[in-house]
Amino acid sequence: MKLSRKWLNEFVDIGSVSDREFAEAMTLSGSKVEVTEVLNESLKNVVAGRIVKMEKHPDSDHMWICQLDIGEAEPTQIVTGAWNIHEGDMVPVAKHKSLLPGGKKIEKGKLRGVASNGMLCSLKELGLTAEHDYPYAVIIPAALLNDYKPLDPAKPSIPADIQPGHKIFGRVVAARVGGVTPLENGQWLCNLSWVKESGPDAVVIQTSCCNIHTGDLVAYNTTAQTICTLADLHAKPAEFPHCIDDGIWVMHEDCKPGDDIAAVIGADDHVVEFEITPNRPDCLSVIGLAREAAVTFNKPLALHTPEIKGCGGSIADLVDIEIEDPELCPRYTARMVKNVKIQPSPAWMRERLRNSGVRPINNIVDITNYVMLEYGQPMHAFDFSCVDGGRIIVRTAREGEAIQTLDGNERKLTTNMLCICDEDKPVCVAGVMGGANSEIIGDTAMVLFESANFNGASVRRTAQALNMRTEASARYEKGLDPMNTLKAVQRACELVELLGAGEVVDGVMDVIAKDAWPVTVKLEPEKINGLLGTDVPESEMRRILTDLGFGLEGDDIHVPSWRGDVEHYSDIAEEVARFYGYNNIPDTLSSGMNQRRGYSPVQKVENAVGALCRGAGYNEIITYSFISPAYYDKIDLPAGSPLRDSLKILNPLGEDTSIMRTTTLPSMLEILTRNYNYRNKAAKLYELGRTYFAKNDGSGMADEPKILSLGAYGPDMDFFTLKGAVETVLNGLRITGVRYVAERENPSYHPGRCAKVWCGSTLLGVLGQIHPHVAANYGVDAELYAAELRFDALYVSVGGTPVYHPLPKFPAVTRDIAVVCDAAVPVADLEDCIRRGAKGLLKGVALFDIYTGAGIPEGKKSVAFNLTLRADDRNLTADEADADVRSILDLLKSELNAVLR
Amino acid sequence: MKEQLEAIRKSALESIAGTRGAADLEALRVKYLGKKGELTAVLKQMGSLSAELRPVMGQMANEVRASVEKAIEAQSAILAEKAMEARLKLETVDVSIPGKAVEIGHKHPMYTALDDFKQIFLDMGFEIFDGPEIEQEDYNFTKLNTPADHPAREWSDTFYLTEDSSILLRTQTSPMQIRAIEEHGVPIRMISPGRVYRKDEVDATHSPMFHQIEGLVVDKGITMADLKGTLNAVVREIYGPATQTRFRPHHFPFTEPSCEMDIQCHKCGGKGCPTCKGEGWIEVLGAGMVHPKVLRNCGVDPDEYSGFAFGFGLERMAMGQFKISDLRLIFENDIRFLEQF
Repeated sequence: MKLSRKWLNEFVDIGSVSDREFAEAMTLSGSKVEVTEVLNESLKNVVAGRIVKMEKHPDSDHMWICQLDIGEAEPTQIVTGAWNIHEGDMVPVAKHKSLLPGGKKIEKGKLRGVASNGMLCSLKELGLTAEHDYPYAVIIPAALLNDYKPLDPAKPSIPADIQPGHKIFGRVVAARVGGVTPLENGQWLCNLSWVKESGPDAVVIQTSCCNIHTGDLVAYNTTAQTICTLADLHAKPAEFPHCIDDGIWVMHEDCKPGDDIAAVIGADDHVVEFEITPNRPDCLSVIGLAREAAVTFNKPLALHTPEIKGCGGSIADLVDIEIEDPELCPRYTARMVKNVKIQPSPAWMRERLRNSGVRPINNIVDITNYVMLEYGQPMHAFDFSCVDGGRIIVRTAREGEAIQTLDGNERKLTTNMLCICDEDKPVCVAGVMGGANSEIIGDTAMVLFESANFNGASVRRTAQALNMRTEASARYEKGLDPMNTLKAVQRACELVELLGAGEVVDGVMDVIAKDAWPVTVKLEPEKINGLLGTDVPESEMRRILTDLGFGLEGDDIHVPSWRGDVEHYSDIAEEVARFYGYNNIPDTLSSGMNQRRGYSPVQKVENAVGALCRGAGYNEIITYSFISPAYYDKIDLPAGSPLRDSLKILNPLGEDTSIMRTTTLPSMLEILTRNYNYRNKAAKLYELGRTYFAKNDGSGMADEPKILSLGAYGPDMDFFTLKGAVETVLNGLRITGVRYVAERENPSYHPGRCAKVWCGSTLLGVLGQIHPHVAANYGVDAELYAAELRFDALYVSVGGTPVYHPLPKFPAVTRDIAVVCDAAVPVADLEDCIRRGAKGLLKGVALFDIYTGAGIPEGKKSVAFNLTLRADDRNLTADEADADVRSILDLLKSELNAVLR
Repeated sequence: MKEQLEAIRKSALESIAGTRGAADLEALRVKYLGKKGELTAVLKQMGSLSAELRPVMGQMANEVRASVEKAIEAQSAILAEKAMEARLKLETVDVSIPGKAVEIGHKHPMYTALDDFKQIFLDMGFEIFDGPEIEQEDYNFTKLNTPADHPAREWSDTFYLTEDSSILLRTQTSPMQIRAIEEHGVPIRMISPGRVYRKDEVDATHSPMFHQIEGLVVDKGITMADLKGTLNAVVREIYGPATQTRFRPHHFPFTEPSCEMDIQCHKCGGKGCPTCKGEGWIEVLGAGMVHPKVLRNCGVDPDEYSGFAFGFGLERMAMGQFKISDLRLIFENDIRFLEQF
């Protein structure tokens, strides 16, 4: 919401409060100021000036030397290249050392040797447009033959030596301008003369072309009796380089030489932009913000009651209003204006609209916008002659109905969209935008002003479905005050009379389809102070509430109709706190302690897992929980895999983020790939992230088990480096009895380099090298490694508190053995056999070599272990140790056919 | 004989002083004091001396032996010290050569920031709760007093998993207010960090998935002053004890009164600069007194209990703390980024 401080001043006089103080105070009382724009900050030292004399520049074919009265003792000389000005015109003059919007600085200088003490300005240079700001200032250039430049010098369309009377084509002849006189209506009277075969001829005609001066040669259409424009001659702009629709703004404003242009165009204003929270649609208006400002600065609010003279007649004789659905349209208020004169609205209104971010259009449309900004009540104006049958029916659209809206687009309507209709057809999409069929145009004579209350959600849905959020719909969708419709329509009619835009027919049509019940809340000062932790006196509470427009009757607070957000004492507490000042509430710390505190056991294990992964050199990543269904193909998941049964987002941003992942592997591979593509030489990554599976308990909720995933690639990576990291994590969690079992079936992993990890009968997860085919799917020509461990399984497998084992008192004996066995026998089986074969003295087994090659038969391998043997209560003899080793070797031979080498 | 002894002493002491290594010294010891050494040879002549001279010469010989032994010992110490010196010199390293790398992984910066918050709240006696990301509309919106036609419920803003809009990806961690009270009852003091989802296209400040931290305190007699005191304490812990804060009225469906908390811009000290968009203040979080309807929706009597709740975005906090310029870096997981923290 953009608020003009000049407009605000009409309702509350807050004195000379600076922009910064204003913004701070309003923000702290709940109306957050985003930014304050000082409109004339970028428009300095530009004044109105009257052209008292114009002469051709002696050394230029297109420049003029102008003498301007800018309210100083001596005229100021300025050279300009613009052709649309004449002696007597009032124009904006950027003086020496002036500043224009966009940061352009103007200084005096010389143009082809002639001193120029500034610049004459176009609307564009002032940050304005003719179309929206000053429609009268549209420039229509005539095609001046003395400006003609042939596109091809060898083949001119108009001869260089053309003389008055020469035919150009058809009935168009060249004519000399003998004199130019301005008319009241902004047009010009031109004396033209030329020579016919029969002798000289002359004519005096009216033209809108404003670039004509005495002595110019123009193309005159003797049939149409008009001076030709470029379009009339089918000429290209390049052929008449100075006959352009751009030029100096010739002002028809109430000003005199020397007046500051910023004030003339209403830019001597400060515009405050507010961020209004959705619960306060009443603050999307000048009056709403004025009320907040009045309480904030403790100043009186001066509201205005519209007064309408009226012209007799009765609206009831002219129009009938019917509301079909009271829920969608609780109230519809209308008034009628006849003998409408469509014209631009006065400068002051256009300025206010412009400063509030709304483009002026014409008096009637501008009045509706003005009232919307002032009262917060959107309004619509219908050309009543286009409302067939003299009936307004507020109903939802029928199947197949459509409407062309004011923006020119054809809109298909659906049966849940509320429309304003005449007997036959929709003429307006309620609360969103009017229809082109009843648009206010130049010859509109009768206008119906609508000021209605619509259901906010309905307007929002319609605006969204039609993809047309407007100033009106943005207000309606928040739910507006149903009591505001009458005040707004009265104000609109008052403005019609003030502007002389038409005659207001007596009577108001005010259809109340659904009553609004007033809300009453008890004033409970102790409860309010109890909630706030304050000591605000009751009298202060009453003052704040009264100033805000709440009615107080004993302890009953009557909530005003525009405060639909207030219904409980906590809402009243907020009103009190806002103006008492949030920052005047003391700071305290609540007493009381929790039984439960600190990290939970699960959180402690999560923290430990992270620390262990980092200790193993892995970096933490964060990946999206949603993935693309195509990612399951990328990890070669079979078509029937239950992991493909993902929860689907029905309205995803895109395919890539459309399903909730059931595995973290694609996320990890994506990040590994990204790092690989960034040419990072190596990466070791981990994430403790969730996966999502539908719960089958009818709740619609999901199981969201966390997975610890590790991923890595790089020169030092192989299966065993990854396994070492997994072992580090498991050891760190004191998980014992872990088995790694070759896994050949997992399609995402290398069948010869993948293991399932078990702890007893609990599957902890899987680790291994990513299948080269999967890596290729990701476009990676390197070995990728990954592990996926179920956090739940890790958590239940975490070992207990470690118990101290006495340190050995007696020395150990070590023995190295190398056995030859089938190559397929896993080392884990050999180790297991060794442990079981020992007779109680074995304290440690360490693999130190695996050898195949010379000396070892084909299909066999030699595996060497270092055995540590020790008794806790005595020194071992060599014989005792040897006995254990023999027993081990016997079992190795009998169970695994592994024989001492 | 006396001359002989003197000559041995002189020669021995000179030679000893000139030795450069332990081996040379040992050779001299053998040469002078060994069984076949020069001193022994002289002593063997003692028998030929007169009875008067014998003790005199004997004493003198012992003195020579003692002085040679002493000299050898002294020289040995000197040589040992020189040898140590030489060794140390030989072993000297260039200390400017980098140390051998120990590979330690890095915590993601956002979780580093999160841990700071967790620790502060744990120290204040809060618990940490984890909750579901796939959530019921009821918990995400309805029980939080969000109107049935609230724009946040639109399919354009929220990800839905069922056609009837009953299941969604939570858009905020606020449903944990309800779940925590339902599960643990009151009084309660908790925070709940986690992932949340909104239908925002990815850019430098938006992501369809991001993180929030929710906080909730419900007990008898909890006031807005407690809210201010607690949040001021937390913010001063994070941003330093001199941090200036302010509270502004705001609107959330599930709190009343509601507020937003700003901290004074650290760059300009409140004067206004590009960092704070000229306002002098930077918004850090939203908060408020738990709405009586929300308490009632959890089965808590708002006339008996009151509470405050707050929530804030973790990404923005982490980006502020570590001066991370683009949100996309957080989820890109480039190790060159991760290893900076």
